[in-house]
Amino acid sequence: MFRSKTKLLQLTVTLTACAFLLIPTLMSVLAGVTVNYFKGVSSGLTFKWVLNVWELYADSIFLSLWLAIACLIVTLIIGLPAAYGLARHPGWLSRLLEEFISLPLAVPGLALALALLQLYGTLSGFRTSWTFILVGHVLYTLPFMVRSILAVLAAMDLKTLEEGAASLGASPWQRFRDIVVPNAMPGILAGALTVVTLSIGEFNLTWMLHTPYLKTLPVGLADSYASMRLEIASAYTLVFFVLIVPLLMAMQWASARAQRIAQ
Amino acid sequence: MTLNLTTTAKTFGDGTKALLPTNLKVNTGEIVSLLGPSGCGKTTLLRIIAGLETPDPGGKIWFDSDDVTDLPVERRQVGMVFQSYALFPNMSVRANIGYGLKMKKLPKADIEARVSEVLEMCQLNDYAQRAITALSGGQRQRVALARAIAPRPRLLLLDEPLSALDAALRETLRDELAILLRKFNITAIFVTHDQNEAMAIADRVAVMSHGEIVQSGTPEELYRKPNSTFVASFVGSAMHLAGEINGSKLKLKGGEVSLPADGTGCEAFVRAENIQINKNGSLSGYVDTVTFLGTHYRVGISGVISEPITSIFSGNKVPKLGEKIRLTIETQSILLLPSKA
Repeated sequence: MFRSKTKLLQLTVTLTACAFLLIPTLMSVLAGVTVNYFKGVSSGLTFKWVLNVWELYADSIFLSLWLAIACLIVTLIIGLPAAYGLARHPGWLSRLLEEFISLPLAVPGLALALALLQLYGTLSGFRTSWTFILVGHVLYTLPFMVRSILAVLAAMDLKTLEEGAASLGASPWQRFRDIVVPNAMPGILAGALTVVTLSIGEFNLTWMLHTPYLKTLPVGLADSYASMRLEIASAYTLVFFVLIVPLLMAMQWASARAQRIAQ
Repeated sequence: MTLNLTTTAKTFGDGTKALLPTNLKVNTGEIVSLLGPSGCGKTTLLRIIAGLETPDPGGKIWFDSDDVTDLPVERRQVGMVFQSYALFPNMSVRANIGYGLKMKKLPKADIEARVSEVLEMCQLNDYAQRAITALSGGQRQRVALARAIAPRPRLLLLDEPLSALDAALRETLRDELAILLRKFNITAIFVTHDQNEAMAIADRVAVMSHGEIVQSGTPEELYRKPNSTFVASFVGSAMHLAGEINGSKLKLKGGEVSLPADGTGCEAFVRAENIQINKNGSLSGYVDTVTFLGTHYRVGISGVISEPITSIFSGNKVPKLGEKIRLTIETQSILLLPSKA
């Protein structure tokens, strides 16, 4: 009897917490497909607002996707060799470098953006280009990529595996391609999904760096909240969810998988 | 292939002399074991031969008449079996074995044929498509060996190939490895700290201590004619008869024995099988332990010297614990070795 009562209490608390978090979200999503929010759902359901969002903000959506892909490519190009180097030469210097790469995590996005603006804000061609935002995103997401790959690489005897491949005639590049990259794949995948998710959802930094012609998905969201009618803003939230939730779920799955290997 | 090492040494960055200048010659088809306790430099020597460590300037490594000293490991054409096997977890058994052939850029059909041949030789046919993680320790060991020999290396190097296995399996695989290595008909060097392993597999054993080869010879030579107190006690665990040497007489706590020659400046060693329990013996001691080992008993005896000594006893009348017994040590079986300076 006591057991079932405790369980009931646990269930109630959990469900209440879930409701507290989910109901506002659901309300917002619902508002995005309601003809008139003030009249309620009885006014009918429509995709008009979603289409409106598409017409107004398609550029932002594409820019965000483009930025996320570019950011992924850059973090891969920098992050994979960096993680490999750190894993291959453990020691105090590597630990220090790892901490250094992780520094942007501790610095608020706004401060990071301000620093970038102070340093490069006067380079007008750069300031107004999408690559300026890209630099911010790379700074912010690189530690996630490096750490994710490093965790997987550190869990295996990389040195001996490479020596094994070398004794079979593999050159350093062949070792990297045939042994290091395939075995680091779970970490690369987890890192890649994290980078894409973070890049698409990043607001702080991007809000400081953006120009009226370069708005990303979350910046557009803030813009729609500020200047559009509530139904459009809500429809925007819906679009945002549709893009980010599957990524988030994939990221959770990939990270859990990489962590299992790293243990 | 003949391997020839001349004055090859290795000093690590922190000044540790891992290997003193060493000469070593291994003839075509010979299987040589580097035997020694941990830290004696045997693995360093093997890694230098493989090309995984660079020797100090002055050392030269010859494969037949080729100077390979400056060649990196990937160009030396050596097969290597690692203690941890270092099998690639991202590849199947087949792909692991074929990797070295792929690096040689052989045609696909040739690779397939050679891999199948090696799988057959190592009795791995049933496991060809398996993932590495789905293999037992013994199977992994065989895959590691198969992968190393598949590209027909000039020299096969094995670093403690059996030490990752449990004791029972180790003994079975030891004999299997000895048979396989002879079947491959390849020049091979393998490192071990286990004298039984070295004796079972190798044609010739090089005993190492403190960064140098102290004696090299067939297992029988090392056992019967050790050249130092270290080799005598490390190979076949001979016991030191600590006592007072006076010409060709040795006075022990439990009596006196004759030495085969003048023992001045020497230390006397004896092996357990040469200590006999004999009621007319000149030595006396007390039975401490009796261990039944199936074919024989191992009897621990105190009072002969200050340390307990061991005798192998294969008779029927088992001595009792605490019993006072008499022993003989045959004069010719005593090893007289120069005492350490």
